[in-house]
Amino acid sequence: MWEKVKSFASEFFVTGDPMIYGADVSIVLVTLAIIVGLSYFKKWGWLWREWLTTVDHKKIGIMYIIASFIMLFRGGVDALLMRAQLAMPNMEFLAADHYNQVFTTHGVIMILFMAMPFMFGLFNVIVPLQIGARDVAYPFLNALSFWLFFSGAMLFNLSFVIGGSPDAGWLAYPPYSGLMHNPGVGQDFYIWGIQISGIGSLMTGINFIVTILKMRAPGMKLMKMPMFPWSVLSSCIAIIFSFPILTATLALLFLDRYAGAHFFTLDGGGNPMMYINLIWMWGHPEVYIIVLPAFGIFSEIVSTFAKKKLFGYKSMVFAMIIISVLSFLVWAHHFFTMGSGADVNAFFALTTMLIAIPTGVKVFNWLFTMFRGKITFETPMLWTIGFIPCFVTGGMTGVLLSVAPADFQFHNSYFLVAHFHHVIIGGVVFGYFAGLYYWWPKLFGFKLNERIGKWAFWLWNIGFYLCFMPQYVLGLMGMTRRVYTYGWDKGWWEMNLVSTIGAGFMGIAFLFQIWQIIYSVKHLKKDETGDPWNGRTLEWSIPSPAPLYNFATLPQVSDQDEWWEEKQRRANGQQVPAKPVLEPIHMPKNSGIPIVMSMCWFLAGFGFVFHWQWLTIPGLIGVVACMLVHSFNYNNDYYIPVDEITRTESELRKVTS
Amino acid sequence: MAQRNVNHAGQVSPAELHSEDHGHPDMEEMRKFGFWIYLMTDIIIFGTLFATYIVLKGNTNGGPGPADLFQIGGIIVSTFILLISSYTSGLAVLAMHKGNRQALMRWLGVTALLGAAFIAMEVNEFIHLVGEGATLSTSAFLSAFYTLVGTHGLHVLVGLVWMIAIIIQLGKHGITPVTKRKVHIISLFWHFLDVVWIFVFTIVYLMGVS
Amino acid sequence: MKTPQAYKALRWFASLSMMVLVLFATTGCTKNMIVLDPKGPIAEQQRDLMLISTILCAVVIVPVLILTAVIVWRYRDKKGRKAKYKPNWEHSTKLEIIWWGIPIIIIIALGVITVKGTYALEPSKPLKSDVKPITIQVTSLDWKWLFQYPEQGIASVNYVQFPENVPIRFEITADSPMNSFWIPQLGGQMYAMSGMAMTLHLQADEKGEYMGSGANFTGREFAKMYFTANATSQEAFDQWVSEVKTSSPALTLDGYKELAKPAASDVRMFSAFPKGLFEMTVTKYASSHNHGLSWKDINKIQLEE
Repeated sequence: MWEKVKSFASEFFVTGDPMIYGADVSIVLVTLAIIVGLSYFKKWGWLWREWLTTVDHKKIGIMYIIASFIMLFRGGVDALLMRAQLAMPNMEFLAADHYNQVFTTHGVIMILFMAMPFMFGLFNVIVPLQIGARDVAYPFLNALSFWLFFSGAMLFNLSFVIGGSPDAGWLAYPPYSGLMHNPGVGQDFYIWGIQISGIGSLMTGINFIVTILKMRAPGMKLMKMPMFPWSVLSSCIAIIFSFPILTATLALLFLDRYAGAHFFTLDGGGNPMMYINLIWMWGHPEVYIIVLPAFGIFSEIVSTFAKKKLFGYKSMVFAMIIISVLSFLVWAHHFFTMGSGADVNAFFALTTMLIAIPTGVKVFNWLFTMFRGKITFETPMLWTIGFIPCFVTGGMTGVLLSVAPADFQFHNSYFLVAHFHHVIIGGVVFGYFAGLYYWWPKLFGFKLNERIGKWAFWLWNIGFYLCFMPQYVLGLMGMTRRVYTYGWDKGWWEMNLVSTIGAGFMGIAFLFQIWQIIYSVKHLKKDETGDPWNGRTLEWSIPSPAPLYNFATLPQVSDQDEWWEEKQRRANGQQVPAKPVLEPIHMPKNSGIPIVMSMCWFLAGFGFVFHWQWLTIPGLIGVVACMLVHSFNYNNDYYIPVDEITRTESELRKVTS
Repeated sequence: MAQRNVNHAGQVSPAELHSEDHGHPDMEEMRKFGFWIYLMTDIIIFGTLFATYIVLKGNTNGGPGPADLFQIGGIIVSTFILLISSYTSGLAVLAMHKGNRQALMRWLGVTALLGAAFIAMEVNEFIHLVGEGATLSTSAFLSAFYTLVGTHGLHVLVGLVWMIAIIIQLGKHGITPVTKRKVHIISLFWHFLDVVWIFVFTIVYLMGVS
Repeated sequence: MKTPQAYKALRWFASLSMMVLVLFATTGCTKNMIVLDPKGPIAEQQRDLMLISTILCAVVIVPVLILTAVIVWRYRDKKGRKAKYKPNWEHSTKLEIIWWGIPIIIIIALGVITVKGTYALEPSKPLKSDVKPITIQVTSLDWKWLFQYPEQGIASVNYVQFPENVPIRFEITADSPMNSFWIPQLGGQMYAMSGMAMTLHLQADEKGEYMGSGANFTGREFAKMYFTANATSQEAFDQWVSEVKTSSPALTLDGYKELAKPAASDVRMFSAFPKGLFEMTVTKYASSHNHGLSWKDINKIQLEE
């Protein structure tokens, strides 16, 4: 018996690496600490009522952002491990298999479990406030989306200590990701981790489309909507068209691995090239999905800190919609070298280049928003200004890559690696950081420390350029991506060393940001205005943090920068604030179903990974049961009475007056 | 004080406030709208599976092809069953609009029964095919076939469970704005599955045997 | 470190390190940038395309970068600033036409060049040359490259030799996960895929040993899939062929099976290889596709047997 247990455990748990044992120990310790802490302070009930079962978009948004920071940490550690391994030739810091797992998890985590939840977090906390709504269209579904993401992320990360991590790259090209070449469970963790969280992403896409189209405050015509909700709308449209393709594709890969199907196998008539097409039909829109909201954030920040209306509003909207549409017509530029022929390559090269046009227009509009403005350099604006040269040059290398015949030389090289980090860090990460710094006071009611924030900004930038500019050079030196080591003879070590140093700088910069948060909490200076940046849009018209119901009475909108215009009108004495007429507010009730259902998905996914039907089947039954319980529950909303609103508002007024 | 009273409630008519605040009917409309968007995503899932099927149709790996396997007679019968069920679900919605709960529940029940018959026939077909040695892992063509047709069948099954749940809820709550919306949505879903099946029937079966 | 001086120093350090980096990139390392140091007609045209597209892009990018710096500097908020402040200036059709127009013109120019280049450099298109091309069949194995010379009857592993100024027709397949065959100084890469024989035409204009690699990840020892591409004179090539023929063992079918097992490999030579090995490797995977025989036909054949 004991022998059986031992042999099972040695298969089940990942063994043989001190780093992983360290992770095991720290996971157990952290879990214990959380359990003991919650019990000691009697916080279980609080946690359950206030967070785990909440359907409040602001809290869900905060949970998304916290989760994404943890994932940023993990993905960042992966990045540092890789850079350490490549710092010098013939390093023996990571073994080949381990390196392959690390670059795979780094990619998956950064895109799907860092960027996506960070983005959804910002959607959640800001979109309803900006459009003057009390919540998203489907609060229950919103909570479910979060918990599905959370379960998927947990499942994926679990592969680090149980079973083994996937090692086939972030898009898991078959045949390498097929059972023939990749018999371990890592790839199954990949499939189910992404699948479960992907369903959540899809629902979030639907949720925000409906929220934006149907829940805007009275008077807010679409063309008067702030730019961030526009960017969210265009991103969500891309989500609903692309994520179903991912769902279907992963399901097919799963059937190949689990049930012996032959979609992408080398035998049985399967066609691996089909997978590569399908996955990029999702994968390319995906990168635009994450960058479009960043564009929206920059638009908000530029006009706030230049104290000037956004230049070319209509162009900006139009450009984003074009980008969203074009993103579906370029996927084959990821494999010009697959022998599709000149016709196909020429078509996709052209569509790819076309994207540069609307993107370029956006940059000009941002510049001319600052032109004749009055620019101040708080951290959100710093990130925005840092973004422009970074994204412009990164975009330029993208155009170079789109020149199909030249791409035959760039493809799969470090030039490509440098390019996509350039635009994803320079565009997405800078954008989300800018957004987080900008809206932090709205979320928590206090600003983050500016001085530490500026340190973090400069360290990030130094690190970024040090890390990725040498990688362009490495690409031109013929270094291919995903190699775990290289020899002295190649002449690559100087550039690699510089790159590693740059990565270290970014690591330090991240620590500065953590320190910045801790420092700002310790030296908390409450923002009592609700409008610390002299903002322009509706979220700044209410106290920070916003009350549960956001708006005691729904605002009536007449202008594009409604709150800014309102402040002008008041200053000119054209309008006096009216005494609000309060009515009971209709609110959704908390629900435990989203978290329970997501845990059932988790169990089902775990069962699929290990082929444990005894776990899969109860898991799936649990999922169905949760759906039915929810369907039969007719008691899921309530009204906040007027006197409670009055009480809350007068307390907030004390703070905000 | 000045900061707080930004809400120009004075400008909002009470009627507008009312519809925004106690937005029950509004909310049910919104849920229907969201369901339409969901259906679009489902179309893309099916679209992906259809594309896969068309690409892999010829890759029979030396195993049986469409013409060897499909018995069009049974398929035509199940197609009619599904079409009729779409019709009966329409009758259910009509009964709902007349406020006739009994008829509504009855027609939904008939729809569910027809759906169950459709699934039974599909399972039967699959068992028969497997018996002939044509399994999911025989060839890429069969993998694509089972996945496409099976995904549709799974949708029908989900719809079936859902419909039964709605029938029970109608019995408990009667025709309310909430149950009304639910009936609308399930009927929309059912028509959608019918349309998808027409494509399955044409592309997989008719074009397979011809 | 929290003093403003330190902060200023940080900014200085940032700019300085950027400059050092640019210097690094433009001077010491250019000789290593093999992609920009082509030794064959294809790589040369690809290099030219890179440079032309870079210049075309720079036409927009450089002014934008300068404009950014100027605007940020000129319109910063400070006391006694002379620059205008127009908080409601938000639209100008003329300006917007300009910056929709400029990128469109650039992209049209680049698009024309790209499309022409795409057709001109289509890798399956034979090179224009008076010399009869040589065919080399390339197989990606886990984790090594097998080269077969159908005309010479020899084979080699992780080493390929060919005469200079002779067009080479590479036929590329894989008996492994998808890889990509790349000799940067001779031209761009081509995927190596099972069940398919891709063609890539290259030529070396100069004698020399060039680095070749597998560019698409295939698993554990993927990083060991380098090979040397040696362009020599015709005489040296002929001599090498006859040397291999006399001094190296032959590759048998069993030997191939052994070779195909997942492991990295040293350079190896074979005086012969099983006839049709390359075609067999390709059809091994392609055979599962439809051959036009229906299942019933096959059953009938089996019954008759």
